[in-house]
Amino acid sequence: MSVLTLRGAPPERLDLNGITPLALSLLSEAEAARLPVGTSRRGLTLGDCFAIRLDGSADLVIEGGHERLDRVGGGLSEGTIRVEGDVGQRLGEAMAGGELTVSGSAGPFAATAATGGRITIKGDAGEAAGGAIYAAKAGLDGATLVIEGEAGERLGDRMRRGLILANRAGRLTGARMIAGTIAALSVGDHPGYGMRRGTLLLGAHGTLTPTFVETGHHDLVYLRLLARSLSRLSPAHAELARRPLKRYSGDLATLAKGEIWAAA
Amino acid sequence: MSDLTLNGIPVVDTFAEAFDVAGTAIVVTNDTPKWAMIAATVMTGFATSVIGCGAEAGIDAELSPEETPDGRPGVRILLFGFEPNGLKDQLLKRVGQCILTCPGTACYAGVEGPTKIKLGGAIRYFGDGFAIAKRVTDAEGKARRYWRIPVMDGEFLCEDSVRAVDGAVGGGNLLFLGRTHAETLKVAEIAVEAAKSVPGAILPFPGGIVRSGSKVGGRTKGMMASTNDAYCPTLKGRAASALPPECGVVLEIVIDALTSKAVAESMRAGLHAATEAGAAHGLLAVTAGNYGGNLGRHHYHLRDLLSKASA
Repeated sequence: MSVLTLRGAPPERLDLNGITPLALSLLSEAEAARLPVGTSRRGLTLGDCFAIRLDGSADLVIEGGHERLDRVGGGLSEGTIRVEGDVGQRLGEAMAGGELTVSGSAGPFAATAATGGRITIKGDAGEAAGGAIYAAKAGLDGATLVIEGEAGERLGDRMRRGLILANRAGRLTGARMIAGTIAALSVGDHPGYGMRRGTLLLGAHGTLTPTFVETGHHDLVYLRLLARSLSRLSPAHAELARRPLKRYSGDLATLAKGEIWAAA
Repeated sequence: MSDLTLNGIPVVDTFAEAFDVAGTAIVVTNDTPKWAMIAATVMTGFATSVIGCGAEAGIDAELSPEETPDGRPGVRILLFGFEPNGLKDQLLKRVGQCILTCPGTACYAGVEGPTKIKLGGAIRYFGDGFAIAKRVTDAEGKARRYWRIPVMDGEFLCEDSVRAVDGAVGGGNLLFLGRTHAETLKVAEIAVEAAKSVPGAILPFPGGIVRSGSKVGGRTKGMMASTNDAYCPTLKGRAASALPPECGVVLEIVIDALTSKAVAESMRAGLHAATEAGAAHGLLAVTAGNYGGNLGRHHYHLRDLLSKASA
């Protein structure tokens, strides 16, 4: 596997968009070292910040994470990237395939606009994970995002399709959702605020927005399919889908084709 | 009549002539095997001949909960038509009228193939704008798209599209020449049980058996098909009759399958089972129907089916 080893705390935010196994496999170590990653007039290159060891493989390890590493795995389409440490904002932005794993925590907007592949954050995620960045029409767009720790506010804000799993999440989970599925064992107040379509599967939740209406308990085939699908990613979330659930329909203030399944 | 024999029963050295057709498979599930079977039985009704029914359909297999996408008991249905558009039309009508309407059912694609047929994506309009599309990963990790259509018992879940296969074949057949109706029917029943045990093959006629075998055209103007007079026992003695004097009944089984190999294996299984039971039930001979070999490109020679396993 190829390895990028962080030399030390970056002096500025670094933009690692496009630093993927496929892109690096086409370059020599010297060529890779000249890739610009800085975000100021300092002109930092990949070689300035990382010790580079490439073998042309489809697996890349980034040793030594830092919250200033932005857009790690951005544009990944195949292969794997494993980050040993934390990352900054927009982890896996516009990723289309492959697997991206972060052993630490991620900043805001993780997996925004990601259309495929799987992103796993072992630690916590900042606000609006799977959410839309400012002025963007949509957030997560087909990829799978797994947050094993706690997600911040507005998890999946304006996500369009795909799946997000989180252990816990803050308030406004699934706000303004266009479509897709979010499953979390616990979330804060007002989940699904303004959601048009989409599914929220929740263990515990805070106050519900009054524009959601309870439709009762339903033994729907969809929940069986969802449970089977989740079992590949998280047995705890799959178990949640098999529990007695109460369904709420909403947000009636918008299209009202969304739903919240909450543990009864 | 023939130099060929199998289990002591003469086998005419001829062939069954079969045709390329468009074929698909769906899986219907329900909370109980009983209701899955009810849905499947209704959907495969009036589907004996593509000429008169628009499609030929049958139940391929009963599925255990472990074999279905949603972990409920299910039934795999095969549906065949002349061409993909006709197949699509029949599929939509039959799923719309027989599966959507049946309490508790869900409907999934039952086969992979190159031709996409929109199913749930068309039936969703019954949901009057309240239907929801969901993409869910299946057991193999493949994302599949379903439509959840609100109905009065909850939701009808239907896969967005199913697939039609290349290489489906319709019209494999065997004819059993017997002495009495009861005995020949018994032989045909035994053959049906063996023939339909081959995965991917169905026998669309009532109980798998057809008594009104046909020939192409007829003496009446405009008839596409008419009775197979050469095998009608009441027409024995005429020049065109193919029946020996002692023959009193002829029954036929017709086989459609997703592959040509499945047709051959189904015919082989039926032929062997029929001849094994034939001596005890007055079976005189086994033959097959064809149109001279000019209409269908698939020819299944009975000579090639005499061995237990394919070469």
